[in-house]
Amino acid sequence: MDRTSDLAVDSVTGVDVALPVAGPGARSFAFLIDWTIRTILSVAWYVVAAMVHNASWSLAAPLTPDAGWFVFVVAPPATIYFLYHPVWEVATRGLTPGKRTAGVQIVSRDGGAPSVGALLTRNVFRLVDSFPVAYALGLLTALFTRNNVRIGDLAAGTLLIYTRNDATLARFPGRQLDASSAEVLSELLRRWPALDSMARRRIAATILADAPAETDAELRLQLENLTKETQ
Amino acid sequence: MSESTRENALRLTLLRRSGLWEKAAARIRRLSGKRTDDAADATAIADDYRMLAHDVAKVRRLLPDSRAREYLEATYAQAHASLHRPAWHPGYAVLHLFRDDIPAVMRWLGPHVFWATVLFILTVVAGYWMVHTYPDLIALFASPELIATVERGQLWTEGLLNVVPSSVLSLQILTNNIVVSLFAYCAGFLFGLGTVYVLGLNGLMLGAVFAFTGLHGLDDDLFRFVVAHGCVEISVMCLSGAAGAAVGEALIRPGTATRAESFQRAALQSGKLILACVLLLVGSGLIEGYISPNPTFSLRARIAIGLGYWLFMIALLNGWLFRFRRLKSAATA
Repeated sequence: MDRTSDLAVDSVTGVDVALPVAGPGARSFAFLIDWTIRTILSVAWYVVAAMVHNASWSLAAPLTPDAGWFVFVVAPPATIYFLYHPVWEVATRGLTPGKRTAGVQIVSRDGGAPSVGALLTRNVFRLVDSFPVAYALGLLTALFTRNNVRIGDLAAGTLLIYTRNDATLARFPGRQLDASSAEVLSELLRRWPALDSMARRRIAATILADAPAETDAELRLQLENLTKETQ
Repeated sequence: MSESTRENALRLTLLRRSGLWEKAAARIRRLSGKRTDDAADATAIADDYRMLAHDVAKVRRLLPDSRAREYLEATYAQAHASLHRPAWHPGYAVLHLFRDDIPAVMRWLGPHVFWATVLFILTVVAGYWMVHTYPDLIALFASPELIATVERGQLWTEGLLNVVPSSVLSLQILTNNIVVSLFAYCAGFLFGLGTVYVLGLNGLMLGAVFAFTGLHGLDDDLFRFVVAHGCVEISVMCLSGAAGAAVGEALIRPGTATRAESFQRAALQSGKLILACVLLLVGSGLIEGYISPNPTFSLRARIAIGLGYWLFMIALLNGWLFRFRRLKSAATA
């Protein structure tokens, strides 16, 4: 993990909370997913409502559109498209389906959940971020600001962080290893390709010597094979 | 004992606490995003937070590139977020917003509202004078269709309801007005210059169109059309401009804070007023769609509606509509 992109937040415990700040790539990925979802929903609503309103397969607007056309066919897709972000973000305190999929979340600068006012403000400033086309200004700002934030985030005092829900302790299913041995093995496997064969044999011999008697047979065999490995 | 032996012993001792971390993580997952009044849960999560902080500090030094650190950092951050998530009471938040926050923002924005209004009035006068003196300049502010209609002795608003239903008209108008209002606010990001541009342009257009219709004897009809919705619509335009100007000023003169902090504070404060402005524009759009183009409403009725809605706006923005709740609370206490 790139520790340089963490935002350190003060805590009452005296130990900073390290929030991994999401970069422009993760932001763009989340936005694209959300954009796809709201576009599909809006278009789907328009297609179905237009066919129902016209009582035919035609999707075209009537020559003289009545109130029903506007209220049931045009307004709901526009509402879905433009209010998708504020409604999701306020309802879930900083998450949308796209952000959830991309593994990012909006937080305030103190690491807590953002206020409703902050969430609405960052959405109002989408008007600025979307200039001149395709969120170019927002993307540029995210590329060049310290915490990769767009103008809306600067205004609202928010930022996007990785949720890191996938962080787990080292585990070797089926092996009877305690946490410390599992962590050592995990670290060893990570560095394994970089080690020379002498070092591999020495480490395998050490693990084998320290391994408890109840270590399962398959693992013991693999370790023994490693100690016999020739260059 | 050698240094490396001591360090290894510390690492092993730390890693043997992994069972406690997993229990804490499970509890945090269970409680995050839920409302609970259980004091035991609250105490347990506070204890977990302290324990995780202690172990994060150790793991950062002893195992800086390990999965244990990654796991502990993530769990610690989740515990921090869970403990610092404020209670969410939507009803109280709305009441607090309209009763306390927006009146406070209005007091703070007083000078900005004054100068935005002065700017708007000056540009209206300038637009009126320009077109009244040089009628050809109307081409700068109005479309050829609008000019041709007025030159035929008609207002473009006549027979509007025969072409577009009121509901459609209302939605189109309120959407347009909300976008203009938000734009006037967001344009403050350009050090206030964008706000000056939006306010100035709208003022010039209003003055120019009034002057042009006046030259063709239609200014009374235009006033009759505008008065019901215009009082609030124009006021909201000035308020949005004032909010945008405050954001711009925060960028130009950040004071003792950094420019980013000053911008953030101004945007968050003035954003509350923008929310009220959007709601007021919805009402204004409905009036413009249903009442303004409807010839059955007399001028007196239109003035009463316009003035009444404007007074409602003043009461809303100053928190007078919700003052009884505060008095009631004080009496109960």
